[in-house]
Amino acid sequence: MAIAAPSPDDRAERLAGLPWEDAGSPGSSLGGSTSQLKDIWRHRELLGLLTNREVKARYKDSALGFFWSLIKPLMQLLIYAVVVGQFLGAARNIENFAIYLFAGLTAYGLFSEIVGGSTSSIIANSGLVKKVYLPREIFPLSAVGSAIFNFCIQFVILLVAAALFGTLQFSGNLLFGLGGFFVLLVYATAIGLLLSALNVYLRDVQYLVEVLLMLFMWGSPILYHWTFAVQHMPGWLADIYLNNPITLGVIGFQEAFWASTSNGETLPDLGLRLAIAAVVGIVLLFGAQRVFAKLQGNFAQEL
Amino acid sequence: MSTSVPIVRLDDVSKRFVIRKEKSLKERLVNAGRSAKHKEDFWALRNISLEVDSGSTIGLIGPNGSGKSTLLKAIGGIIEPTSGSVKRRGRLAALLELGAGFHQDLTGRENVYLNASILGLSRKQTDYYFEDIVEFSGIRDFIDTQVKFYSSGMYMRLAFAVAIHVDPDLLLVDEVLAVGDEAFQRKCLDKIRSFQAEGRTIVIVTHSLGQVTELCDRAVLLNRGEVLFDGEPHVATTEFRDVLEERRQEEIAEHPEEQEGAGRIISVNAHAVGKAVGEPVAPGDDLIVSATFSHSEGLDDWIAAVQIDSALGQVVYGTTSKRIGLSLPRLRSSCTVDFVLEKVTFGEGKYFVNVSLMTHDGVHLADRPQIASFDAPHFQLAVGTVHAVPTASVVDSVA
Repeated sequence: MAIAAPSPDDRAERLAGLPWEDAGSPGSSLGGSTSQLKDIWRHRELLGLLTNREVKARYKDSALGFFWSLIKPLMQLLIYAVVVGQFLGAARNIENFAIYLFAGLTAYGLFSEIVGGSTSSIIANSGLVKKVYLPREIFPLSAVGSAIFNFCIQFVILLVAAALFGTLQFSGNLLFGLGGFFVLLVYATAIGLLLSALNVYLRDVQYLVEVLLMLFMWGSPILYHWTFAVQHMPGWLADIYLNNPITLGVIGFQEAFWASTSNGETLPDLGLRLAIAAVVGIVLLFGAQRVFAKLQGNFAQEL
Repeated sequence: MSTSVPIVRLDDVSKRFVIRKEKSLKERLVNAGRSAKHKEDFWALRNISLEVDSGSTIGLIGPNGSGKSTLLKAIGGIIEPTSGSVKRRGRLAALLELGAGFHQDLTGRENVYLNASILGLSRKQTDYYFEDIVEFSGIRDFIDTQVKFYSSGMYMRLAFAVAIHVDPDLLLVDEVLAVGDEAFQRKCLDKIRSFQAEGRTIVIVTHSLGQVTELCDRAVLLNRGEVLFDGEPHVATTEFRDVLEERRQEEIAEHPEEQEGAGRIISVNAHAVGKAVGEPVAPGDDLIVSATFSHSEGLDDWIAAVQIDSALGQVVYGTTSKRIGLSLPRLRSSCTVDFVLEKVTFGEGKYFVNVSLMTHDGVHLADRPQIASFDAPHFQLAVGTVHAVPTASVVDSVA
């Protein structure tokens, strides 16, 4: 921190002692990843501020502020509970259907908000990308941060509701929730990182993502129990269905906050499946970062 | 000059831009086979090697599209060169745009922290400088208001206040000095001078040649992605004016101006008495502007007018045959009028001559803006459009 301004000679001397650095992002060789991680770590304060900005700016001028971020999922819950649960009769087969629904919606909400938010994050911050050098991973990561913030709010409601309905039990089952959270976070971040870079080159990506997120929502056992879906699938498809990370994350949540006191059939080896998914996810995250690093060199001119 | 060490090193840097004309998936699929046709690439930078010493102030100049902003962005790491390497050391701050990263919905205070963080200050450092920043910006009353309610001037002041409190070794500046009112610009320039005194390195992209000769100790002239000249600022600015003049002449040659109506200005040349056209017009020379007119239908009682503009387009001199009291003969096939300007004292720079043909009541029949030009030579002791030899002495001094 320069409180007393150093003399020009001091400055020159200090500069002479500094090593040369590559301008811009550290090289895209394999060693680049660690230096890029360091680069991001150096900017962690900025990451916090950007996350803060996203959260604050979203409901800045509304009277109810961030309560709106609660009202949306609650309304979603109400609609599904009434229409799917009562009218279509799903609640007849699933005890505590509201908690079941909300556990799934909360888990899936985290995934979809991270993917959706980070996909458009580079373009939304194009002013900064073009004018200042920052490790560009910061922007998708700040979208991840703001998604986690929203998730936390929903999560608190989920806990309260689960406690009220009596489905919350302090047992080892809660670890499934943690595992589910981790798997969803890793995959969503990897996918978000990749798509945010692709979206710069091809703007169609963000619209495609919206459609796919809707598809995946119905493709995950949120509104129905996974056993219903598996009945209608050949074995190989059921394997893919049950082992995909979104399904695992959602089931992990249901297992933690709903299943122990309700009538659901437990997915065998859920812990092992989550662990494998997590390991694969970390490898994917690493790969996504490499691709991102490759693509980001031309961001400034493509925007 | 104190000791200096290299702080930026560019080695054979080239940058190619590929311009694709389509952005969406559909367009790309449809045009996949013919994609070469829909691509256009050009070299924004070609084989640039450059070394910047600490403590120096370098001006990057060149016509629009010459690659100076690209070069600045390459130094800043915002653009990755296609080939070659850019190395630098020390702390960098880039003022490519004041207030980049300001968020409209956040308050001034929040934006100060955000922007400072973007420019590389930690939260602690920002806390330390916060009072200074607010003081410098002069908008204390509005610091907790959302910046979208700021006037553009307030916005600039706050952004600049943040930018100068970052403690950079290398400062990149792109045209930002051209905004704001005069007082604000002076503040910017003062701050840059104090940065110089502190041994910081500054790289400026600017169109104001005056600023280059005034602030920089080295200038790099770029044209079509290549370094045309690298060295003394006043030599670079002269060269730059020649480049611009060349381009202008090319444009004129490509699109000869249609002169409508019966009045014509056939030719104009401007030179010092006793010197050829194109030689510099030194202070004390007599300047001759010689203009030839014609009118296909014949014109009695007409006026010939001459005006001299500085390179920035400011009028520095103007006169007419009517002011001088010269009555001109009937104009038909051709008539040449010589204006002699005695003992001109133009300051350093390029000047353009505009000539007009008017009726006696001042209706313009033909105008030829910038039809001729001349240079006034470099003068070490002063800047500006007026030449005068300065002396100074101490009259009274109290210790």
